[in-house]
Amino acid sequence: MSAEQMNGAEMVIKALGDQGVDVVFGYPGGAVLPIYDALFQQNHLRHILVRHEQGAVHAAEGYARSTGKVGVVLVTSGPGATNAVTGLTDALMDSVPIVCLTGQVPTHLIGNDAFQEADTTGITRPCTKHNYLVKDVNDLARVLHEAFYVARTGRPGPVVVDLPKDVLFAIGNYRPPEQVEQRKSYRPQTEPDPARIAEAADLIMHAKKPLFYGGGGIINSGPRACKLFGELMDMTGFPVTLTLMGLGAFPASDKRYLGLVGMHGTYESNLAMHDCDVMINVGARFDDRVTGRVSAFSPNSKKIHIDIDPSSINKNVRIDIPVIGDTAKVLEALIGALKARRFAPDRPALAKWWKEIEGWRKRDSLHFDQGDTIIKPQYAIERLHALTADRETFITTEVGQHQMWAAQLFKFEKPFHWMTSGGLGTMGYGLPAAIGVQVAHPDALVVDIAGEASILMNIQEMSTACQYRLPVKIFIVNNQYMGMVRQWQELLHGARYSESYTASLPDFVKLAEAFGAHGLRCTKPSDVDDTIREMIAIPGPVIVDVAVDQAENCFPMIPSGAAHNEMILGPADKRSSGPVSEEGMVLV
Amino acid sequence: MSDIERHAIAVLVDNEPGVLARVIGLFAGRGYNIESLTVAEVDRANNLSRINVVTSGTPMIIEQIKAQLSRLVPIRVVKDLTQEGACVERELALLKMAGIGEKRIESLRLADIFRARVVDSTIETFVFEVTGSTEKLDAFINLMQPLGLVEVSRTGVVAISRGAANF
Repeated sequence: MSAEQMNGAEMVIKALGDQGVDVVFGYPGGAVLPIYDALFQQNHLRHILVRHEQGAVHAAEGYARSTGKVGVVLVTSGPGATNAVTGLTDALMDSVPIVCLTGQVPTHLIGNDAFQEADTTGITRPCTKHNYLVKDVNDLARVLHEAFYVARTGRPGPVVVDLPKDVLFAIGNYRPPEQVEQRKSYRPQTEPDPARIAEAADLIMHAKKPLFYGGGGIINSGPRACKLFGELMDMTGFPVTLTLMGLGAFPASDKRYLGLVGMHGTYESNLAMHDCDVMINVGARFDDRVTGRVSAFSPNSKKIHIDIDPSSINKNVRIDIPVIGDTAKVLEALIGALKARRFAPDRPALAKWWKEIEGWRKRDSLHFDQGDTIIKPQYAIERLHALTADRETFITTEVGQHQMWAAQLFKFEKPFHWMTSGGLGTMGYGLPAAIGVQVAHPDALVVDIAGEASILMNIQEMSTACQYRLPVKIFIVNNQYMGMVRQWQELLHGARYSESYTASLPDFVKLAEAFGAHGLRCTKPSDVDDTIREMIAIPGPVIVDVAVDQAENCFPMIPSGAAHNEMILGPADKRSSGPVSEEGMVLV
Repeated sequence: MSDIERHAIAVLVDNEPGVLARVIGLFAGRGYNIESLTVAEVDRANNLSRINVVTSGTPMIIEQIKAQLSRLVPIRVVKDLTQEGACVERELALLKMAGIGEKRIESLRLADIFRARVVDSTIETFVFEVTGSTEKLDAFINLMQPLGLVEVSRTGVVAISRGAANF
C-alpha cells in the first residue's frame, strides 16, 4: 500500500494542495478547529479571514470568476453553514465553481440538535450542484477530489462537503486525485453531436437577419471559447449582443457589438433580438430578464442554442436546433462545418440588416444629459471607465440601478474582468467579490461599483480588505434610495416610495476612516474626474461616495411582461406613463 | 391545459444517502407533479436503486423533468417508459375488509374476478392482496367500498419496458 496515513484535517489540507488551491476564504469555529490547526502548521495554503461567511463565498466567487479556477470556502457548522447559503445560491445561479467545506458536529451527535448543528446537506441540497456528508475518514480524499471535479466540469457550480468533527480527527488513508475513480453517474457531455453541428451550420448559411446572443457560458468555457467566438464573428460579420453574464466575451468597442441585451439592454440589441431570423445563442439561458414576455420573444426567428447543460434547452423558449457541449468544442466544430461549406454570408441581405440595426443604434438609447450641478450616475460610471481604460481593471458590482448602468456603460474588452450577481441578484455581492478578485490579482485595479444601500449589506468586509491591505476601490453611486426599487415604485406603484429611502445613512468618508481606509466624497460634476484619479492614486482601500441625481431612472427598460419592441427609451417616452399589464404586475 | 400528458419515468441511481431527497426536492422545488413514486434497491452488487416516478405535465415540462433529473450527480440513467413505447405498469394494493355475512361473501366473489388473494383472515376481517394497473386497482377499491372496506395501502406504480430493451 502506498496510501499515506494522516488525520482528516491534514487530509483536507493535502487534498486542497493536490487540487492546486492556493487560497481559502473562511471563518473559524468549533467544528472546523482541527482544519484551522492544520492550516496553522503549513505554509503553502493562504487563508483569508472574512468577517461574515456570506462574504467568504462571494470572495471565492470573485476569485473563481476572475481566474477561471475553483474558489474555496471554509466555514464552521450551524450558523457558519447557514450564512454561506446566500453565496452558494448565488454561485449556483451564475454557474460559478466553488467548493465549500463546512464543519459539522461529530457523527454521533448528528440529529440530536447539538450546539451549532444544522442539517447542512439538507439545507444546501437545492442551492448546490451537489453536496456530501463525509462519515468515514477513508472516504474523505475521494469525496474532496470528486467535489472539485464536479464543481469545475460541465456547467460549473458550488459543491458543499460537510465534515463532522470526529472525521477530522480520525486517522485514515489519503488518496491523491489520480487514484480516484470517476463516478459513472456523472459524465457531462462536452463533445457536440456532429449532426446538430451540421444542422446549425446549414441554418447559418442561409441567414438573412442573423444575431449572435452570447452569455456567461462562453466565459465559463475559457479564453479559447472567447477567442473562437471572436473568430466566428470575423468569419460571419454578424451582429452580436451579450447578456449580463457574458460581458467581456466579445470586445465592447467592436462595431459588431450591439450592447447589453434584455430588460435594460440597448434599443439596437433588443430590436435585433426581436426581428432576427436566425438567433445563435452561445452559452446563455433565455433568462426572463432577457426574454421579456416569452410569447412575444423573437417571434420569427429560428433558434440555435449552444449549452453544456441539457436542462437549459427548451426550458423557457422553444429551440429549433439544440447543440449540447462545451462552448469551445462546439464553436470549433461549427467553424469547421462552416468552412467545409465554403461559407460566405449573404452580403446584400446582411448589409440591409446592418442598415436597419444602425438605424436603431442612432436612437442612442443610453444617452443622458449631464448638466453643471448634479452628477448623473451614468456620468460617474462613464468617467470611471474612461479613466481606467488604460490599465488592468476588474469591476465588481452590487445589485440595482448602478449595476445596470455599469453593465450598459462600462466597456469590457476582455473576459474575466466583470463580476456581478446576475441570476440571484444579491445585494452585498460586490465588496467581498472585489476582495476575492484582488487576492487573485494583487497588482490590478479592482473597483466595486456600488449603491449606498447594497454596500451596507456586507460593509463589514472593509475590515478584511484593510487587514490584508487589499486596495479595493468602492465606488458608491449614492442616490440615498434603493434606486431600482424606487424606479419600479415610480413606474408601477404610483410613485409611492414605500421604504425605499434610506434615512440615517452613514458618513461614508468617516466610515472608511473608521476601518482604516481612505474616504473620498464627490458632489459636483466638475470634481468627478479628479476624485477618480485620486481614488486610483491612493495605494490602499478607498470608499468613494459620489452624490448623484436621486431621480434618475435606468433606461432603456422593457417593462415586466412586455416584449422587446415595447421598450421604454426614457422619461420622455410616452409609453413610460402607460399602464403595465396585469400579468406584468405580478412579475419580479 | 389540454396537452397534459402522463409519463412513467424510471430512474437508475447510485444507492447513497440523500438520493431520494434530491429527487423529491427537485420535483417539489420546481413545481412538478408526482402522481406516484416508488424506490427500492435493484442491484446490490453495483449499489443501484431504481426510482419509478409517474408524473404529468406538458411535453415541455416532461422534457424538463427528465433533463433536470439527469443533472443530479448520483443519477445514472433516466428513461421515459411512456415515450419509449409499450411498458408494463403494475401496482400492488392491500385492502382490509371488515364485516360478516352476505357482504363478506360478495367481496370474496368479486375478489375472485379481480384475482385478488386473501393474505390474512379473521372471523370478521380479511386482507386482500391485488396487483394490476392503477385503473384496475381503482376499480377494485371502488367495488369494495360498500362491502366493508376499512383501510387501503398501495405501493404506487412500478414499471418496466416491454420487449428486449433494457437499461
